[in-house]
Amino acid sequence: MSTALPDADDLRARVDEFLAAHDPATMEPLEFLRARYDAGLAWVHYPVGHGGLGAPRALQPAVDARFAAAKAPRNQPERNGIGLGMAAPTILAFGTEEQKRRFLRPLWTGEEVWCQLFSEPGAGSDLAALGTRAVRDGDRWIVNGQKVWTSMAHEARWAILVTRTDPDVPKHRGMTYFVCDMTAPGVEVRPLRQITGEAEFNEVFLTDVAIPDEHRLGEVGQGWQVSTTTLMNERVAIGGAATPRESGMIGVVAKLWRERPELRTAGLHDALLRAWVETEAARLTGERLRQQLTAGQPGPEGSAAKLAFAKLNQEVSGLELELLGEDGLRYDDWTMRRPTEVDFTRRSPGYRYLRAKGNSIEGGTSEILRNIIAERVLGLPGEIRVDKDVAWKDLPK
Amino acid sequence: MSDLLYSEIENDLRAGLRGLLDDKCPWGDVLAGTEREEPYDAKLWRAVAAELGCAGLPVPEEQGGAGATWRETAVTMEELGRAVAPVPFLGSAVLATAALMAAGERDLLTELAAGEKIAVLAVPFTTAPGVAMRDGAQAADGRLTGAITSVADGLAADVLLVPAQDGLYAVDAADARRTAVTSLDMTRRLCDIALADVPARQIAAGEAAARAVRTALLTGAALLASEQLGLAERCLETTVDHLKTRFQFGRPVGSYQGLKHRLADLWTSITQARAVARYAADCVAAGDPDTEIAVAVAQAHCSAVAVRAAEECVQMHGGIGFTWEHPAHLYLKRAKSISLAFGTPDRHRAALAALLDLPQA
Ligand SMILES: Cc1cc2nc3c(=O)[nH]c(=O)nc-3n(C[C@H](O)[C@H](O)[C@H](O)COP(=O)(O)OP(=O)(O)OC[C@H]3O[C@@H](n4cnc5c(N)ncnc54)[C@H](O)[C@@H]3O)c2cc1C
Repeated sequence: MSTALPDADDLRARVDEFLAAHDPATMEPLEFLRARYDAGLAWVHYPVGHGGLGAPRALQPAVDARFAAAKAPRNQPERNGIGLGMAAPTILAFGTEEQKRRFLRPLWTGEEVWCQLFSEPGAGSDLAALGTRAVRDGDRWIVNGQKVWTSMAHEARWAILVTRTDPDVPKHRGMTYFVCDMTAPGVEVRPLRQITGEAEFNEVFLTDVAIPDEHRLGEVGQGWQVSTTTLMNERVAIGGAATPRESGMIGVVAKLWRERPELRTAGLHDALLRAWVETEAARLTGERLRQQLTAGQPGPEGSAAKLAFAKLNQEVSGLELELLGEDGLRYDDWTMRRPTEVDFTRRSPGYRYLRAKGNSIEGGTSEILRNIIAERVLGLPGEIRVDKDVAWKDLPK
Repeated sequence: MSDLLYSEIENDLRAGLRGLLDDKCPWGDVLAGTEREEPYDAKLWRAVAAELGCAGLPVPEEQGGAGATWRETAVTMEELGRAVAPVPFLGSAVLATAALMAAGERDLLTELAAGEKIAVLAVPFTTAPGVAMRDGAQAADGRLTGAITSVADGLAADVLLVPAQDGLYAVDAADARRTAVTSLDMTRRLCDIALADVPARQIAAGEAAARAVRTALLTGAALLASEQLGLAERCLETTVDHLKTRFQFGRPVGSYQGLKHRLADLWTSITQARAVARYAADCVAAGDPDTEIAVAVAQAHCSAVAVRAAEECVQMHGGIGFTWEHPAHLYLKRAKSISLAFGTPDRHRAALAALLDLPQA
């Protein structure tokens, strides 16, 4: 038997000990973050040696809060949501020891930003229909194809990439998952402008990109299972983050309500309180989910967090514009830019309203999430599948 | 942060109680009971309250209770809600018990904890916590006179706890005139109470009495969220089972997205209801300063979820769901009734507006 898992008191003591030995005020930020990782205080539910201590996941917020209170350097998660929320747990679940050692530390410290090369023009909700080909060539793979809606590809050093390696079997069976070097020859990133005016996401063209076999995650043909792990984590990452009461979108609107009495109407008051209650319910649900997860991987239940989050973010950001009245007609800036972070509450009310529309599309549309809950959680009969036993190459495209 | 999960003890309690209810409280019996004279199932009550010891869960051991907390009582409420069990648990083991504990009364509390007696707080079922209450009775020389309408579980009670202008009084139910109300929810019947100069014993005076009543209502509202959760879950399960086996157009109707997506949304709301109900129960159990907010959130959220679950249950069963022989209407009547109990969601949102400094227009 190993020793007992660290509890809240142990972690508090470890953080204090760490802070005593590493002065956040004087240390170089990157050195500080690397040392924090090496002390197992990065993501405490990760294994020892990979930035964690094998502690319950629910203890992380307290650790983060303690570092924040000490004004410690941040790893800026808003710059690397895909890395932290999706790539890392997938590497943890399917990566070799060597892959974990190579990728996880610079990912957590923010030295290396990640993006997700999943969606293609012909394969969005139906991800398993994707056609980007990877062909084996000795101890490497040659990749050709096009990905689309790739958030932060212009910032990314690495990508998680799903490809088709066997077109002769039904779609779910012929896929393989890789880590792709975004600086490799043949990777071309073009901005793709969004309804907000800026380009958070991109088109990514892959032309004869060589990927060494040691950058394969999971077995050849196992790409769908590996992708599913990524997607489950994505849904929890988008909807299940630990947040204080009345933060995020509802915090923005509640503040506006208090500061601008002249904007208030009875109907908006009712809408605000309804949204407040639902936001608090969603927040407590996220908390409960984290308590349940401890160190495990999220299941289909996590989809509910993202589903609820998208609906609320859209409702509340719409409410903000209505509350503002005339000011709600103005937009801050339509200039095409390539932002370096994803933050749904930044910029302006008009931006927030428009950006929230993406919440029910990115990371699995709300319709797809409802299918998942209905079938995988409630056990209701599946959709009629016309493509289940057809080789990928024979599917209508 | 509160523990929002269930402990092993709570899981054991749930398993024992569910077994008992499956055996002694099948919905067919509940339905038949709604057309009988007896206002509640006395045999079932004895089994739940005395034999399983659920009535005394939050009461300290030295006062004859189990020395557990309101959290375990909340799990009991979930299970009783699932079964729409016709027992005066909410009235006696929650409201009256909370009032007596807050008032520091001991003898009656011990009798309630043992399931030997049933008491209720004699206020209209719609009374919201924190709302200034109209006293149901006037006290003079240790005697009470007054009228109180729509008291839940009142017909089952041996003792009525009656708020009057100067305190909280215990009245022997036999001395009151109780008129049965034909209730929307016949599984938890109401009665109107008339007190004509009846003998009464003061159990708390002045501010202490007001505090006891407020605590009781807050505790009741908190734990009602767990009943709503249990009921909503049962509705969802019943509906999912039906949709898997009912075929129309050559497929199970549960394969149609129009229904699947609504049930996925309902499941999502129920998942949230569990988190907020647990949080409210934990706050009450711990006497947390966040209790008022937690309870208002729980009631505003869970009332609506339970009603939606019951309404979807009727709709998705089609014609059979509209029949007297199917249990869906028992859930619907319970769900709608308890969405009015202790204040509607709207009242709880209004309470939140004050608590959160989000004033009206
Ligand atoms: C802001 C943003 C960022 C994104 N970032 C990334 C990224 O970084 N990496 C990446 O790989 N992808 C990214 N995406 C892409 C995203 O994952 C896809 O857009 C999404 O999965 C939907 O696919 P689609 O666009 O092809 O829509 P479609 O699949 O064509 O869907 C069209 C409509 O049909 C509905 N629909 C489809 N199938 C069903 C069904 N079976 N039942 C019911 N309804 C159905 C959908 O819900 C939708 O309403 C991003 C998207 C957005 C908006």
